[in-house]
Amino acid sequence: MRIRSFALALVVVVTACGKKQPEAVPMPTPGPSSTPAPPPPPPTSPNSRPATDPNAEARADLLRTLQEPIYFEYDQDAIRPDAQSTLERKAAILLANPGLRIRIAGNADERGSDEYNLVLGTKRATAAKRFFESKGIDGSRIDIISYGEERPVDPASNEGAWAKNRRDEFEITAGGDRLVKPQ
Amino acid sequence: MTRAVALAGLMATLVGARIAAAQDTVRVKGVYDAAIRPGIVVLPSPAELDSVRAIIARDLDYSDRFEVISLPSAGEIAIAGTGTAINYPLYRSLRASLAVEVSGTRADVTIRLHDLLTETVRQETTLPLDVSGQGEARMEVHRLSDQIVQWATGRPGVAATRLLFLNNGDKRIYRVDSDGYGIAPISPANVLAVSPAWSPDGSRIAYTQLGGEGPGTIILQSLGTGTRLVVPSTTTGQNITPSFSPDGRRLVFSKMTEQAANLYTVNVADLCCVERLTTGRFAENLSPVYSPDGRRVVFVSNRSGSPQIYGMAADGTDQELLVPFDYGSSGNSFAPDWTPDGTMIVFHREYGGNPQIVTFDLATRTLRQRTSSGRNEDPSFAPDGRHVVFVSNRTGRGQLHVLDLETGRVRQVATSGVARLPAWSRPLGRGR
Repeated sequence: MRIRSFALALVVVVTACGKKQPEAVPMPTPGPSSTPAPPPPPPTSPNSRPATDPNAEARADLLRTLQEPIYFEYDQDAIRPDAQSTLERKAAILLANPGLRIRIAGNADERGSDEYNLVLGTKRATAAKRFFESKGIDGSRIDIISYGEERPVDPASNEGAWAKNRRDEFEITAGGDRLVKPQ
Repeated sequence: MTRAVALAGLMATLVGARIAAAQDTVRVKGVYDAAIRPGIVVLPSPAELDSVRAIIARDLDYSDRFEVISLPSAGEIAIAGTGTAINYPLYRSLRASLAVEVSGTRADVTIRLHDLLTETVRQETTLPLDVSGQGEARMEVHRLSDQIVQWATGRPGVAATRLLFLNNGDKRIYRVDSDGYGIAPISPANVLAVSPAWSPDGSRIAYTQLGGEGPGTIILQSLGTGTRLVVPSTTTGQNITPSFSPDGRRLVFSKMTEQAANLYTVNVADLCCVERLTTGRFAENLSPVYSPDGRRVVFVSNRSGSPQIYGMAADGTDQELLVPFDYGSSGNSFAPDWTPDGTMIVFHREYGGNPQIVTFDLATRTLRQRTSSGRNEDPSFAPDGRHVVFVSNRTGRGQLHVLDLETGRVRQVATSGVARLPAWSRPLGRGR
């Protein structure tokens, strides 16, 4: 039954996104160029750029926070302490914006069994989803997908690349056009 | 393995012929012994059939069932000739007991298998090489090679087969002939595909598409028409590691949810009738493969802590740990496959962090590690039950390699990029 209800939720979400903003659910094209959430640029100070709409800038900050990836230890799906604070900030935005829906994509590094890495990606995405649910966010607002080891951020075969590739990415699938800043 | 022999030295050694004749009486008794590899020569052919002859010679070499004795290319044609009598003593002196004659024209190729000891033609066949379809002429030649293997050993050859694999660069499923020729993409561009599997008749493949109609959808794709079909029930959850039942009517696969990954079957003949085979919560079950008789399924499960190889009846009952392991010391085990006769499974197990190819004999419960150099993973059996294709990084990056379990010989199937997750077809009939 749990599978059924999850399935139903998924269909609703996909349909909703498809109508409102089809660009939010792109076909996953392989290759680094299509990686949905590149590491966010360092925050810029308000003085470093010409005056812009303060609302737009605040929204961009919220989007950056929402899209910031979290990272995992090798062969683990436990949320690391540094990831916990990242997720806390995301959770606050999700709570302040009930119309916001996201998709969490779990990823693995290239080591380990190729097919088991798909399982590992699912467990990593689920771990972040469970965190949000524990903060009172309705799980139906959150889709998950695993890309296993198929979408590395860094294709190199070394510790640095592997650490970057063991990650959850966060994609906004609906409700991202107007965002309320959490109090 | 191919032994080039200097002709000059051999002309004089007619003594060798008698030795070869004596040795080969073992084989002539008619009991095939994989450890004995009779010498075989592929005789000079008309120039028009040079490429055919070359393909056959390589196929016989790759079969690992013969000592293929190559002839010096210049000079011997005058000796052997074509259309003249076969010089049996000469080829016996090369320590060959069998000779393959390729004659005729491309429109009408005749293959004869000569027994050099009895000086007779053991078998022969004539057929036109169909050159209409792309790659089909080569497959016709491969089928001739397999015919020769069958005549000589009573065992099936595997030259007329293909491999599927995932090309890591563009994440598309490709096919390649078993000898490394004819690489071609199968799954569409810009679709992330993994875990290809052959239908038993070689007419279609199944694979998981990540993203698109669902997070992980199983696609059936016809190789003839290219038609793609979403397998019912696979647009929800993430559905991975499909494989076909021996009759081609069902798929067995793993459906991942937030709770677990469980095994299901679905009828792909009538596109209906999903059945759940495992019910574990908080455990992952994946990579299921039917036994050749369709009565059992072998799969990977982490229900006891680490991923290991399990078995069950095809209806999901009688689930058991199949390959023993020592908790905490045996490495994780993945990617099982059956021999075509159902007596053995092959999989990879991690030793010191590196996966190695391992076989498990089901009758004797004997575990044998078959590789040790580099990372070796994701094995798939050839239909002859003695060759295994797997991915190895022994040459630097992940490439397909073929291991002969009888001789231990390994050859690489060269692909331009990193190749992963190979699947070996059954023998492919015409039009496949």
